[in-house]
Amino acid sequence: MSVTRTGPLPTGREAEYDVVVVGAGVVGCAIARALARHPLRIALVEASSDVGDGTSKANTAILHTGFDAVPGTLEARLVREGHRLLGAFAGEAGIPVEPLGALLVAWDEQQLAALPRLAEKAVRNGHRTTRLLSADELPSREPHLGPGALAALAVPGESVICPWTTTLAYATQAVRSGVDLYLGCRVEKVRTGDPWHRLVTRRGVLRTRHLVNACGLHADAFDALLDRRDFTVTPRRGQLLVFDKFARDLVRHILLPVPGPLGKGVLVSPTVYGNVMLGPTAEDLDDKSATGTTAEGLAGLREQGGRIVPALLDEEVTAVYAGLRAATGQEDYRCAAHPGLRYVTVGGIRSTGLTASLALAEHVLGLLADCGLDPGPERPLAPIRMPNLGEAFPRPYRDAELIARDPEFGMVVCHCERVTRGEIRAAYASAIPPAGPDGLRRRTRARGGRCQGHFCGAEVRALSEEYGKGAR
Amino acid sequence: MNRTVDVLVVGAGPAGLAAAARLAAAGAGRVEVLERERAAGGVPRHCGHPGFGADRRGRPLDGPAYARRAVRAALRAGAVVRTGVSATGWAGPLTLDVTAPTGLERIRAGAVVLATGTRERPRSARLVPGSRPAGVLTTGELQQTVRMFGPGDERVRERVGRRAVVVGGEPVARHAVRALRGAGVEVAAVVTELPRAAHGFGPVPVLTRTAVTELLGRGRLTGVAVRGRGGGTSVLRCDTVVFTGDWIPDHELARARGLAMAPDTRGPVTDGSYRTVEPGVFAAGNLLRGVEPARVAAAEGRAAADAVLDLLAGRHRPAEGVPVVTEGPLRWVTPGLLDAVAATVLVRPDRHLVRPLLTVTQGGVPLRRERLRGSLAPWRSVRLGPEWTRGMDPAGGPVVIGAEE
Ligand SMILES: Cc1cc2nc3c(=O)[nH]c(=O)nc-3n(C[C@H](O)[C@H](O)[C@H](O)COP(=O)(O)OP(=O)(O)OC[C@H]3O[C@@H](n4cnc5c(N)ncnc54)[C@H](O)[C@@H]3O)c2cc1C
Repeated sequence: MSVTRTGPLPTGREAEYDVVVVGAGVVGCAIARALARHPLRIALVEASSDVGDGTSKANTAILHTGFDAVPGTLEARLVREGHRLLGAFAGEAGIPVEPLGALLVAWDEQQLAALPRLAEKAVRNGHRTTRLLSADELPSREPHLGPGALAALAVPGESVICPWTTTLAYATQAVRSGVDLYLGCRVEKVRTGDPWHRLVTRRGVLRTRHLVNACGLHADAFDALLDRRDFTVTPRRGQLLVFDKFARDLVRHILLPVPGPLGKGVLVSPTVYGNVMLGPTAEDLDDKSATGTTAEGLAGLREQGGRIVPALLDEEVTAVYAGLRAATGQEDYRCAAHPGLRYVTVGGIRSTGLTASLALAEHVLGLLADCGLDPGPERPLAPIRMPNLGEAFPRPYRDAELIARDPEFGMVVCHCERVTRGEIRAAYASAIPPAGPDGLRRRTRARGGRCQGHFCGAEVRALSEEYGKGAR
Repeated sequence: MNRTVDVLVVGAGPAGLAAAARLAAAGAGRVEVLERERAAGGVPRHCGHPGFGADRRGRPLDGPAYARRAVRAALRAGAVVRTGVSATGWAGPLTLDVTAPTGLERIRAGAVVLATGTRERPRSARLVPGSRPAGVLTTGELQQTVRMFGPGDERVRERVGRRAVVVGGEPVARHAVRALRGAGVEVAAVVTELPRAAHGFGPVPVLTRTAVTELLGRGRLTGVAVRGRGGGTSVLRCDTVVFTGDWIPDHELARARGLAMAPDTRGPVTDGSYRTVEPGVFAAGNLLRGVEPARVAAAEGRAAADAVLDLLAGRHRPAEGVPVVTEGPLRWVTPGLLDAVAATVLVRPDRHLVRPLLTVTQGGVPLRRERLRGSLAPWRSVRLGPEWTRGMDPAGGPVVIGAEE
């Protein structure tokens, strides 16, 4: 196992792998982790300097049940399985999850009419626990809901999860179980061959027998490196607003919009960090790097959010961001095995990839077998326990025993998010240390709170430099 | 660990330290100040410019010198000032949960003074769209970075950048410009939506009636898009942008206790003696409404101390009085409640007002009208003495302070 961000890649036998997974988003990391259960030489290769730095870091962080998927699709099956698998894994690995349940709130007659159909669809997707709530039942379930809600469909099991810890947990377990992780390592060319494909990067060349494309937004471009042109990825931007923690008491469930002909609408949802999120917008673009927000987008969100939970708009905004979903013009994932190339593409993982990640990984193992990979016997993965970032679970600043053992966990550095010096130190000493302040925020929440660094920015940076020195 | 003290002050800035100094000197018993930063003194510690009054010989004080004196005064009076100690929440009335390197504590107090200060709204809270590059700061972060190394240190430029745009036209923007230039960072422009900015920006161009419409750049900031008075947009090239001013009280503990908040200041409502609506809980300083000069915050701390002493002496009075609110081009007023003991109020205008006519009414009945000499700036408060509200009915309806030009 090794994790590098810079410097030349290994050469000779060291550069030969059974499988190389390209793309260390939540999907690629899950695949690398699943492969790590077998006695294989595996590498995970990522262009960015951190895992989960693409779409995986900027989503709505919901662990879906898949109740509203298109029945019979691969997505429907993998979301359902993924929900179960990730729910269980989260408990073991220390990934914060809160099973709040969702309410699909109908605000007009058309949406009201859609609710029974959604309930039936849920049944076809294997979810029999949804329940229709009348307008009278809503105020007690969701006291701050705006006026005019006609009814709602309650969907138990929909949960909020920490997307950052999830990706990091997969990658950490993979690395601890022997996977080599190369960050800052964009694959620029693929020279296909037998028995080796040669992957050319600026840091050197890797050879691999099997290849997995988990490149997210760039899955089509990576396919093109192997002369495959099966689909095109259209980035669909989602802008989001994160409200202050004081908004958390305003919302009890994940408030989902009822999809209709007039577009998808936005959701209002608590986050595991104790905030409330509003979004996302849905805008089809052609620039895969357009993760900026727009004045119109944010104004539109506030308008929609103000109808759903009016009191939300009185609260301060903590963060604003945008993520890009990988749409492909088809209402399903685009997973394909290319046995002749010993190559698997995992494409079109649009807005459910976080939920489906573990099931997708199992599916990809099957596709790799179709490509002739014999993974060999299974062995247990290295056990891991991630630091908890969730507000609903004990955090170090409240842990008397931990502080007694190590006073640095009693030194709060980031006051808004109550991140301690000990956590920052531990992040830099972890298997996959952060590459910069954004990576540190995703591992600890430092600098991610309401002041956005006004109080702690200078100190967090100084600590990062101190602790980061020894980092690889 | 559970402990009891006589008075617990949260925040060792000018307000908290002044309160603690007076309380300790008056023999209030164990007076303990909690400060979550590693050093006491509050915001002035990071303000390396004069404007903090003068020492006994009349020499002007800068922020750090002011802060040192305030800390010394509190210690000399016998207050206990603990740094690196965070109050993280309430365990009950007058009881705070505390995290420190020495462990967790639950501290019960005879009275609690909240003096947690204020912060600047960052870019996100201002809903400035665009990408999320590095190089986006508030004055607070800028000043702390500069203080960490001292002006002129090359490492400051490494961290802060080479060419900055400062957003905001209030005096704090001037301090940001000064900190940047002192650190060798070129300041491309000060951008403000105000029609007129504070003066003293030196050679730096000030673009008034101009709004930042977008941040540009991936990884690192490359520029900010602005819309000027004509409505046309352009791009200012820079690798750093500092968002200044636009204060919001750091009211986390106050809100967590469920204290009433004034909608215009976003700080806890108090009466003229700095009592909040919760018996035994007081609030003073910039927590009440954002930035005022250190001496104003300190004076409020002292006044709050007097009210605490009253309480400790068994003369307990809950916050009381009639609400006081603003009207017209006035942004806020503090305190939020006026009781029978006529108090001084602070009023802040929304925009520049030239020779405004200030009015105070209650239930439609005029209490006072007076045309002020000179003009008001949106970054300075006016202090209205007790005569302004004389004659109001402590059992009546809200007192309304308005302004006309
Ligand atoms: C750029 C700038 C320039 C200025 N220039 C001048 C000037 O020239 N002259 C002048 O007179 N004034 C100036 N001021 C204003 C002056 O600094 C403030 O008025 C003064 O600092 C306010 O004091 P405070 O005690 O209310 O708040 P603060 O100084 O902010 O102190 C509050 C303290 O509470 C602590 N705290 C908060 N929450 C907790 C918690 N939960 N647990 C423990 N501790 C906590 C904080 O860390 C902080 O130390 C300037 C301010 C700025 C920002």
